[in-house]
Amino acid sequence: MAERLSNREGIKGMANPTRYGIERVAYWLQRLTGLGLLAYLIGHIYETSTIVNGKIAWDKMLELTQTPQGHILLTLVIGMCVFHTANGIRVMLGHGGIGVGKPGQPEYPYKAASLNYKQRLCIWVSIALAALAMMYGASVLFGD
Amino acid sequence: MAVVETSKPSEELKSNTKTTGQTNTITLRIARSNPSEGQESTFAEFQIPVQKWTTVLEAILYVKQNFDHSVAVRYSCRQASCGSCGMKINGKPALACYTKVSELNSNVITVEPMNNFPIIRDLAVDFKQLISNHKKMKPFIIREDSEVTPESKEFIQTPQDLEKFLQFSYCIKCGLCNSACPTMATDESFIGPQGLAQAYRYVADNRDKGKDERLKVIDDSHGIWRCHFAGSCSHVCPKGVDPAMAIQLLRGYLLGFRK
Repeated sequence: MAERLSNREGIKGMANPTRYGIERVAYWLQRLTGLGLLAYLIGHIYETSTIVNGKIAWDKMLELTQTPQGHILLTLVIGMCVFHTANGIRVMLGHGGIGVGKPGQPEYPYKAASLNYKQRLCIWVSIALAALAMMYGASVLFGD
Repeated sequence: MAVVETSKPSEELKSNTKTTGQTNTITLRIARSNPSEGQESTFAEFQIPVQKWTTVLEAILYVKQNFDHSVAVRYSCRQASCGSCGMKINGKPALACYTKVSELNSNVITVEPMNNFPIIRDLAVDFKQLISNHKKMKPFIIREDSEVTPESKEFIQTPQDLEKFLQFSYCIKCGLCNSACPTMATDESFIGPQGLAQAYRYVADNRDKGKDERLKVIDDSHGIWRCHFAGSCSHVCPKGVDPAMAIQLLRGYLLGFRK
């Protein structure tokens, strides 16, 4: 009700990456991969904690990661980790004012200096690095 | 949302516009609502004759003149200087007077009130929060000798000094940046890109001595730290203000990268 009165877009609007260029896609991916890595961290803590239940319980848990589904999950984790790190470095440098351009006289058609080619290139490089790491990870995991 | 109304232009109106150039007909969908009376949002559809230079604002005014004068829309200068006619056009915040129908490449144009602002009626939204956050940034030069007297000197600035803040002073307070911001979508207490960009405008001005006061206001859990550099504010700014750059440069002061 309150959201309707204030006309806020809410989480649905925040999580919509389609309207504002590649920078908004990177923002969305950064959030998504962050949540994915948090879920993996919780699962990882649960997985490694099974060792306190003895060797049989531990081996049983390890078997789960040796399945095709387990390999796909780990491949996704590799991709999320690489993208989140690479794009995170871009964002952190940007937060310090590095690579966001210099103030100047805006001229029509008013292209924002902070949305410059260096930022876009870094986003595409982050995506490419994640894809390469996923391909390498998948080749190792599925290679045997 | 339901369609409540469809109106078509008369042949006479169509022929009038044909005398000045090639005319196409588009469907203009206008969001209608009146929250104060509990009226849910609906869409009214109108068939509008347009030419290649017709702006979205002109199309809305055509509706008001010929079909339904009760459509609520705020506008004034019609030349992207007053910042009154911000609205969501085909899903993206833009100034209606600055957006030509022809550049949207669609025969159906949907106009809605800007998100992240309370709706007053139809396309008119409430700017109370934006203006209040703008005021919190102390948008004026702060210094003890700021009153110019016959004895006082000018505050001389070099062109380089001016360039540090000039683009951020072009803000027309249209609210498009706040409407596009993903943090504004979920955090109703967030200062917003407009306010933060204005804080930088004065902090970067070498005549100003109020930096610490402003940094204190923005160094808050709903302040500058909630910006995650999605860049959507700069993407939609119609004046080239680039709030995303201003916010990142402003954060440099708090992180110690700038003095």
